[in-house]
Amino acid sequence: MTTSTKGLSDFVAEATEILDALSRDLAILDRRRGERLEPDLVNGIFRSAHSLKGLAAMFGEQRIAQLAHQTEDLLDRLRLGRIELTEKVVDALIESFDTFQVVLAETSRRERSAVATERAEAVSQKLAQFIDSGTVEQSDALDQLELDTQVRNVLTEYEEHRLRENLREGMAVWKVRAVFDLSDFDQGLARLNSKLKSLGEVISTLPSADPGDGTGIAFDIIFGGKVETEKLRLALTALPASVHPLFQFQPQPAEPSLPLEQLVSPTPPGAEPEHRSPVRVAVSNAPQQASGALPAYANPRFGTADAMVRPSPKQPDGEGDPVGRGLTQTVRVDIGRLDSLMDAVGELLLIKANVARLAEQASRGGKPPPGQLWGHELHRESRLLERKLDDLQKGILEVRMVPLGQVFDKLARTVRRIARESGKEVDFLMRGGEVEVDKLIVEALSDPLMHIVRNAVDHGVETPDERERLSKRPRAAVAIRAMQRGNQVVIEISDDGRGLDEERIREVAVRTGILTRAQAEEMTPRELQRLIFLPGFSTASRVSELSGRGVGLDVVKTNISRLSGMIDTHSERGVGSTFTITLPETLAIVRALVVSVSGRVYAVPLNAVSEITSIAESEVRTVEGREVIGLRGKTIPLARLARVFELPETELRRCFILVVGLAHRRLGIAVDELLGQQDVVVKPLGGRLRHTPGIAGATDLGDRNPVLVLDTGALIEEVVNSERRPELV
Amino acid sequence: MAYKILIVEDSKASREFIASAVESVGGVEAFTTSTGFDALKLLSRQRFDLIITDLNMPGINGLELINFVKKSPTYRETPLFVITTEGREQDRAKGLALGAAEYLVKPFEPQQLEGLLMRYLNIA
Repeated sequence: MTTSTKGLSDFVAEATEILDALSRDLAILDRRRGERLEPDLVNGIFRSAHSLKGLAAMFGEQRIAQLAHQTEDLLDRLRLGRIELTEKVVDALIESFDTFQVVLAETSRRERSAVATERAEAVSQKLAQFIDSGTVEQSDALDQLELDTQVRNVLTEYEEHRLRENLREGMAVWKVRAVFDLSDFDQGLARLNSKLKSLGEVISTLPSADPGDGTGIAFDIIFGGKVETEKLRLALTALPASVHPLFQFQPQPAEPSLPLEQLVSPTPPGAEPEHRSPVRVAVSNAPQQASGALPAYANPRFGTADAMVRPSPKQPDGEGDPVGRGLTQTVRVDIGRLDSLMDAVGELLLIKANVARLAEQASRGGKPPPGQLWGHELHRESRLLERKLDDLQKGILEVRMVPLGQVFDKLARTVRRIARESGKEVDFLMRGGEVEVDKLIVEALSDPLMHIVRNAVDHGVETPDERERLSKRPRAAVAIRAMQRGNQVVIEISDDGRGLDEERIREVAVRTGILTRAQAEEMTPRELQRLIFLPGFSTASRVSELSGRGVGLDVVKTNISRLSGMIDTHSERGVGSTFTITLPETLAIVRALVVSVSGRVYAVPLNAVSEITSIAESEVRTVEGREVIGLRGKTIPLARLARVFELPETELRRCFILVVGLAHRRLGIAVDELLGQQDVVVKPLGGRLRHTPGIAGATDLGDRNPVLVLDTGALIEEVVNSERRPELV
Repeated sequence: MAYKILIVEDSKASREFIASAVESVGGVEAFTTSTGFDALKLLSRQRFDLIITDLNMPGINGLELINFVKKSPTYRETPLFVITTEGREQDRAKGLALGAAEYLVKPFEPQQLEGLLMRYLNIA
């Protein structure tokens, strides 16, 4: 089957969704290694693999279908209890997941590399190698049930397995027959199910076209639980359900092995008080009792919302880097958000109708416009229009927002893999995954974050032995935190590893000619730390020589700057490093300050400007050949925009200074005039102009003349870095 | 009047794919749903001339749906196709034993489905 472009994007979008779900469930599985499994969890993972197989088969994506088939098969045997969930099985599942990512990424680009194909095949083979642990197929326990063949025939293999498990664990099994009205059977069934699930496990739901009286719909629910028939009847009194025992629960003398704390009240949360039955039901830690709800991981330091990943000991693993790049061009949107957009459009249509009426009035008979009232009305409509467009713009921006958690989950997997490969023990802590940023930013952030996190595990943290020697906790911690700060988002990646070695940075900088010996000697530790972002710094040295960072951080920095963001680092020898990334919430529309220099107009993203001041020419001082100004007792470098862009400079007694940047990296940009503020849509520059330093893109201020938008991050780079490395300018 | 066909499939992309194959046959109208429950609702509200279902779905599975349809006085005679990834002989046997008219394993050729539809709906 040849897949159309539309078909391919549908396929990739759905496959990505399935993989997202798979990733979440695998993370839980990974965390709970060695614990008793919940059938719902394993079944959920099985279902994801199954859906992926069906989807891939449908679209003729054989590589994915084949691997999904093997994965599904392994999971099927796992959920049927034929194999144990060992470390190796979990690792193999994670490996297969990583491979799906790689193959799907290729598929989305319509590529098909031999490397990925071989990898998929190798993983498939690996999955097939898990052998069933001697299945004990004794006489079929199901035969002791009084099950109609009709019911038996429609049970899937998994449902049969769950039924057997219930019998094996000494649960009683019932058929609960419920009849509902056709109009609202789903609600009735949901009520019944929630009641049943609080008492045991719903194994199968069989709709029956034979309700007895011909008006409603009947369901036969096969239900297992350690509760007596009478109690079950009592619990279901308010519901149109009848109970038929299929296998009786044998009340046994109290088992000494069942601790008291496992005896809990059977009353489900939210149950009506009149059904509160006085029985105490033994809810063991039998898997069916813990349906789905997982206890949140509680960490006193990071709160319960944190996710944690514990990597397993070193183990060889497939190479390759499933960088979590967003593959889809689609965004899932909350329907409420769409509704409000629709409302805004409706109101715009009303305004349009009014404007059309006014235009009609004005043009009728070619007479001059009909007076003040008409003008007044037109004004009112244009004000309304402005407000509604504002709403619409806000609404669309919201729709573009996605939670950062999407990237965080992928980082967690990378951490686990790299930790395993490098024999380190790392706890990965995530916080702020709910912070939303523009989809464009989330996608572009994926690679830089991956890079930093990878460096943190690879080079930042020490091996368990080394940490022990340093009397540190053997398990290192790498944490990522996202915070909303006004209309900016701050992301911090920190580790408690060895920190940057400033002396080595200094040596490398001098050896590679980035700094002269004299320059290097007078640099503060913080200034030295920032050198790692310089282009050419990493390539000039080998990673290991830095005992830490340096691998392509200039690229990370460039990527972040491209998003109008900034990156900074703070490190302490022996204690750890923190990388801080500051980003605008959205890229699409920015509030801009419109300025002019030498008669030319520029726009400056307002969120980059921390303050505006004006100074007299006489206040500009020169320190070491560079112009600086004083700002409340601090000295900050000055950049004259006219000089940066090599424009003829106008002689002015006073000029305006836009202060941009944060903390130690501030810069004053001198401009001639401030023209006002405006919301602008920044468009990237095409062709050769794309990489012009200091220019982020172009925009239109409404007069159809393009205006350049400044990239303040790059301007800071130009000026601040050139101070320290004159030879590179 | 156009023939009405109900498609029950939990994967959205697969659903769209089947629906477009179905609708390429002239004179038919495709209705789609993602769960067995919704299928039961739709079946009770309007009359369908043919039903296509997947097997492995959460809630009510495909076999349960076939059983329901084939026991229903209204739908007993309505042709039902299974389109699934379950290619094993025992699955096929189970589906056909419950009364499925045809059993297609993914991937299938759209032309094959079109041919079957025309045959069962008597479209020339």
